[in-house]
Amino acid sequence: MTKDECKKLVLDIIADIAPDEDLSNVKPDVRLRDQLQLDSMDFLDIVMELRKRHGIEVPEADYMQLASLDSSAEYLTPRFNALADKR
Amino acid sequence: MNTRSHYDVVIIGAGMSGLAAGIRLAHFGRKVCIFERHNAVGGLNGFYSFRGRKFDVGLHAMTNFVRPGVKGTPLTKLLRQLRIDRDELALSEQRQSRIAFGPHGELSLRFSNDFALLETEIAARFPAQIDGFRRLLATVRSFDDVALDGPALSARAVVRAHVSDPVLEDMLFCPLMYYGSATEQDMDFGQFVIMFKALFLEGFARPLEGVRVVLRVLLAKYRAAGGERRMKCGVRRLVVREGRAVAVELDDGAEVTADHVLSSIGGPETARLIDPHAAAASPPPGRLSFVETIAIHDRAPADLGWGEDTIVFFNESDRFDYARPDAPVDLRSGVLCVPNNFDYGPDRGLPEGVVRVTCLANYDSWAGLAPAAYAEAKGRWFGAMQASARRFVAGGGGVVPAPVATDMFTPKTIEKFTGHLGGAVYGSPTKNRRGHTPVANVYLCGTDQGFLGIVGAMLSGISMANLHVLSRG
Repeated sequence: MTKDECKKLVLDIIADIAPDEDLSNVKPDVRLRDQLQLDSMDFLDIVMELRKRHGIEVPEADYMQLASLDSSAEYLTPRFNALADKR
Repeated sequence: MNTRSHYDVVIIGAGMSGLAAGIRLAHFGRKVCIFERHNAVGGLNGFYSFRGRKFDVGLHAMTNFVRPGVKGTPLTKLLRQLRIDRDELALSEQRQSRIAFGPHGELSLRFSNDFALLETEIAARFPAQIDGFRRLLATVRSFDDVALDGPALSARAVVRAHVSDPVLEDMLFCPLMYYGSATEQDMDFGQFVIMFKALFLEGFARPLEGVRVVLRVLLAKYRAAGGERRMKCGVRRLVVREGRAVAVELDDGAEVTADHVLSSIGGPETARLIDPHAAAASPPPGRLSFVETIAIHDRAPADLGWGEDTIVFFNESDRFDYARPDAPVDLRSGVLCVPNNFDYGPDRGLPEGVVRVTCLANYDSWAGLAPAAYAEAKGRWFGAMQASARRFVAGGGGVVPAPVATDMFTPKTIEKFTGHLGGAVYGSPTKNRRGHTPVANVYLCGTDQGFLGIVGAMLSGISMANLHVLSRG
């Protein structure tokens, strides 16, 4: 998986949990919280959807890694790839 | 083979909060079952059919209404968390509501889903108070009302620091208390802020077909997520060992084991499931209950002189007295709701006229009546309540033809269908924002957790499911 594909997966999740947000111009290097109306309940949902859909566990100590699309891709891509290798 | 059922989470009660919690938990893969003593869902906000007509209980209006595009409010959070598309709820907005004070409602403040109307009305009727009201507004807007660990503050004291006219003070409190206060005469300021936002800064709406639409959506989501539900199957006891609930005992005596129990039935009621003999240690049951009359007419209420207002909060006395009355019903104040007066759009509307009047009531005087006396009291108070409310509508002088059908609920009805001790609609005055009980894996959601109204109830179920189950991994 590439980092761009990973960003797409994160955006897909956000599109489902916050369908009332316009995601067409999300800047990858800006904190999601600063450009979208996402609160802590929404971030909990991103974490849980990652687990439910992709089997990726994000421990609470790492939640901050999901702050922006870039940081999410940086953090999640190797985890997606490690999981794919195992399968 | 082990034939006993085991669930990750057992939820007690299929009201708004239990269903919302269930949707969250089932969506994220928890094995969850809701146990409901009655054969209908909805709890405090239910519906029923009676002689071929559909009735709603509880819901006058869904509070917290905001239009599409307004973000960060309770309604938006709830839609997101439950993956509900707002079109599914098909909400129609109120036309206009009113707070009417004085023996004939001479002093009146109109409000609608545009907050500017209330502000303009206050500036016109209470010119000396408008600056104070705006300071109060700033305090309300900046208050973190969904914090789970807020300090207890008297709302009366906070409001009086800004608003010095006791009539305006009471006029602001009247709707907020009627729609959600479990405390007599005062509210916790956090509750005041929740209700102020829900009624004044946000607003009222309702699906044409009433609360059943909301419940239908919740049930469909819950079922689709894989949640289980057992009706006519109440929980009569929690089996507790070493400070943890290991099982729930059902009305039929069967035991079901669970890792977590979410109880939506109320604080004192849950305490009695844990230990029926330790009621003294339980939170106090609430003292506030209501009687509601529903009159069905063969034409629109507006054509019978009930006015165009959606909801009228009325009070005739010098000071608004929000307390358990000594008499069976307190006719001095109440709420008039005309469900026909929502804006359902062209050519859409209710098939008949509906007039609902709600007043404060005394549980003990109703609970003590023998069947014949109970029926007689219902008949007597029905007429008295409708006549009392009629004083507060413009052109309310004329004679109203007899309704084609009526129904009425009393504190006894409320207790029977909700299980709330004393028919206390808003539960115990002691709220518990974090939902903890003396048993480690038993949590409260719903009324006694403290987020009120329909939207609040659902958010309560969501918050407690998130806090105690989902965020623990």
